[in-house]
Amino acid sequence: MSKIIAFFKKPFFRRYLNYLVIVCVILIFAVASLSGVKGLAKASTLSLLERIGIAMVLALSLSMVVGFLGELSLGHAGFMCAGAYVGGKIASALTTSMQVGESNLAVLLIALLAGGVVAAVFGFIIGLPALRLRGDYLAIVTLAFGEIVRTIVMNLPSKWFGGTLGMETPRFNRNYLFIIIFVMVLACLAVTQNLMRSKHGRAIVAIKDNEIAARAMGVDITKYKLFVFVISSFFAGVAGVLYSYSNYTVQSANFDYNYSIEILVMVVLGGMGSINGSMIAAALITFLNVKLQTTLTGDMAVMKDLIYALILILIVIYKNAPGLKNFREKYNMNTLAAWVKRRFGKKAAPVAAEQGVTGDEQ
Amino acid sequence: MNFIVAIVNGLSLGGTYAMIAIGYTMVYGIAKMLNFAHGDVIMVGGYAMYITLLLMDLPIVAILFAVLFCMILGICIERFAYRPLRGASPLAVLITAIGVSYLLQSLSQIIFGSAPKMLMKLQISGFVAMGELRIAYSTILTLALTVVVMVALTLFVKYSRTGRAMIAVSEDRDAARLMGVNTNAIIAVTFAIGSALAAVAGYCMLMKSPSLANTLGAMPGIKAFTAAVIGGIGSIPGAMLGGILLGIIESVSLGIPAIAPFTDAIEFSILIVILLVKPAGLLGKARREKV
Amino acid sequence: MSNDIVLKTEHLSIQFGGLRAVDDVNLEIRRGELYGLIGPNGAGKTTFFNLITGVYKPTSGRIFHDGREITGKTPIEINRGGIARTFQNIRLFNNLTVIENVMVGLANQIPCNVAQSIFRLPRHKKSEREFYNKALELLEIFQLAEYKDYLAANLPYGKQRKLEIARAMATSPTLLLLDEPAAGMNPSETQELMDDIAFIREKFDITILLIEHDMRLVGGICEKLTVLNFGTELAKGQTAEVLANPAVIKAYLGD
Repeated sequence: MSKIIAFFKKPFFRRYLNYLVIVCVILIFAVASLSGVKGLAKASTLSLLERIGIAMVLALSLSMVVGFLGELSLGHAGFMCAGAYVGGKIASALTTSMQVGESNLAVLLIALLAGGVVAAVFGFIIGLPALRLRGDYLAIVTLAFGEIVRTIVMNLPSKWFGGTLGMETPRFNRNYLFIIIFVMVLACLAVTQNLMRSKHGRAIVAIKDNEIAARAMGVDITKYKLFVFVISSFFAGVAGVLYSYSNYTVQSANFDYNYSIEILVMVVLGGMGSINGSMIAAALITFLNVKLQTTLTGDMAVMKDLIYALILILIVIYKNAPGLKNFREKYNMNTLAAWVKRRFGKKAAPVAAEQGVTGDEQ
Repeated sequence: MNFIVAIVNGLSLGGTYAMIAIGYTMVYGIAKMLNFAHGDVIMVGGYAMYITLLLMDLPIVAILFAVLFCMILGICIERFAYRPLRGASPLAVLITAIGVSYLLQSLSQIIFGSAPKMLMKLQISGFVAMGELRIAYSTILTLALTVVVMVALTLFVKYSRTGRAMIAVSEDRDAARLMGVNTNAIIAVTFAIGSALAAVAGYCMLMKSPSLANTLGAMPGIKAFTAAVIGGIGSIPGAMLGGILLGIIESVSLGIPAIAPFTDAIEFSILIVILLVKPAGLLGKARREKV
Repeated sequence: MSNDIVLKTEHLSIQFGGLRAVDDVNLEIRRGELYGLIGPNGAGKTTFFNLITGVYKPTSGRIFHDGREITGKTPIEINRGGIARTFQNIRLFNNLTVIENVMVGLANQIPCNVAQSIFRLPRHKKSEREFYNKALELLEIFQLAEYKDYLAANLPYGKQRKLEIARAMATSPTLLLLDEPAAGMNPSETQELMDDIAFIREKFDITILLIEHDMRLVGGICEKLTVLNFGTELAKGQTAEVLANPAVIKAYLGD
């Protein structure tokens, strides 16, 4: 038994634990969905899964810019918007011109690639000012970019992108769309995690920590900043295409500043720079969004925003305020875990000791 | 003729932007932070006027109350949300400011609902006609208010003790503190002044179109920040220049049907271009980071 | 130009507004020398470093490293050309561990591109092993190996200064610039540091330019000195001669 536990504590296993959890969850739902067990794979559940997956891709990609590179982007929804429109448009066009079914996988893949690449090009363009501008300025440039994309798409002739009414996209089979979405989550996770656990990831964190020192160590700031912006917006674009598939329609009004903030809340709640944290926060917030949508109606729907606002303020102050240093050292995740162990661990201790849990801890 | 009207309207709109932009720019110059919630202070000021007008029929009292209320709000925001983060990373401060902006918007909607309130008592209609040229009273009043506020502020910063202390703090906070300037108090005063101007700007907006909702300040806030950045953030004349420029661009662009829907996109594109060409803005000074 | 001269500046000057922070400085450092740059606070020593490392562009004058002109190059190019530095106010990567700080310094020594890392190709794994081993080697030289998994921010002050030197050495420079490496250290830490500097100079066969404002400290280890005062050269030459120079004594002690 203790051997098994020791195996689970190996760094190798820990590194891939997040993949394993995602794959397991998806396998369960995939089996349920494809075998027609409707109890577990209700339409509402599958749609929730789709939204969670999309949120995870968005949070992961934004965390590359905000959490690792340390630049604030307030236009993530703008990249997503670009991806959603381009991907959605190409998907519709291909579906009609090639006369294939709406659930054609090849069309979806082409759309994903196209949406991602177009968003990445925008990311490159927005990354250019990032090389010259300090954080606050860059934040406003990204915000401006998001608004520019949205305003332009909305006001172009409606035969192009559907104008304010939005644009129809193919109706992909709901029973396995979520699997494709989660394959993209895994891809995004792999890229983020592998990148951050390499010399490139170290260089990116070095730039965040101290740009002047990084420069003096020969770190190619230009290359890395642009690269992070490009790869982050690529995945935002991919998330946009997935979004268009998941909703059967794209409306530019949905990709506003508030949506960018919602993604930012996920990254901040996830602990800014924690990959798994971002994904958990994305799942949690999406889940709450869907649940609160039905319980909070009318003007009370805004309670959700109030909660986000408080999350942002309190977490950031708790984690960053110089005056709270002692408080942080006294009350944090580790001390909480220790407290839980002391408080509830006593009864369980003898059993745990037999299983070798406490032995490994010491 | 239309063009002249567009320019005059642009001047007046620009004056409103400039008043808001000054709040951003002063806070940036002195506290070295981007107060993202500044636009929402305008909205809170609007609701302060709304409440006063429910109790009494005196617009002037409503305006004064809104100014006072916004000053207190500005000081509270600084004290409870930003001061704990002094010395923390700029990213942390910025995210908190976004949180405060969200907080104000959602709280107002919870308290007052999302349906817009009509503040007809603040509306000023009518216009001066000079031949074919028609200029609204509200435009003239806004321009007059802008000029008065600008002159007063310039005199205050230049000649009052507090104003000079503000300049000292913006140049070098530590040195100012060593010279006996109470930097915390100066930063609080800055927030108070900025918020008071936001309330006045809110009045200027409401007298043109008296519809008040919780998003009243959001777009003007972003636009005014754009104006502050275009002018060179940290510089009060820069904020005035940027505000007026942006107001005229917006007004002219809205007057040309072919490009009117793209006005926001045009304004933001100008921001990006200016930042790329002149990262410190038109009148801003480039700061050298100490190595 | 003789290849024996590692660093040479010709009439190097920079002006900030009306202030000439560095004014017509001519320096020649030969291979293997331990050269001291001293002067009172505000004499322009750090500005001089910033000129050499490309942080500032000189108003006039030229800089040569190993016989190649480096005037106007970027800090990145200059570092890759073989000049590494430390900072007066410590600039570590605080969110990285001690060993990762050194690994950032090593990054340009071991090739591995982004695609190789993303797909975890064999090249990536091999390079990561190399990074780790080389970094550990360096940490051992600087007696920091036991702290390798600490966050840099959590190191004691004296060790942070050492880590900065280790990180600079990781970029395998031919010329090392140390900006007040002993600032804030107690006498025993300072002594240890001076021994370390002497040691790495032998071990890596490297040329060192050292800024210090405490004259007694440099007197012990530098062979040659240049004294800066108000941006200009007050004196230069062999350490003993320079320290005996009345003008230097006057600049330090006032009247």
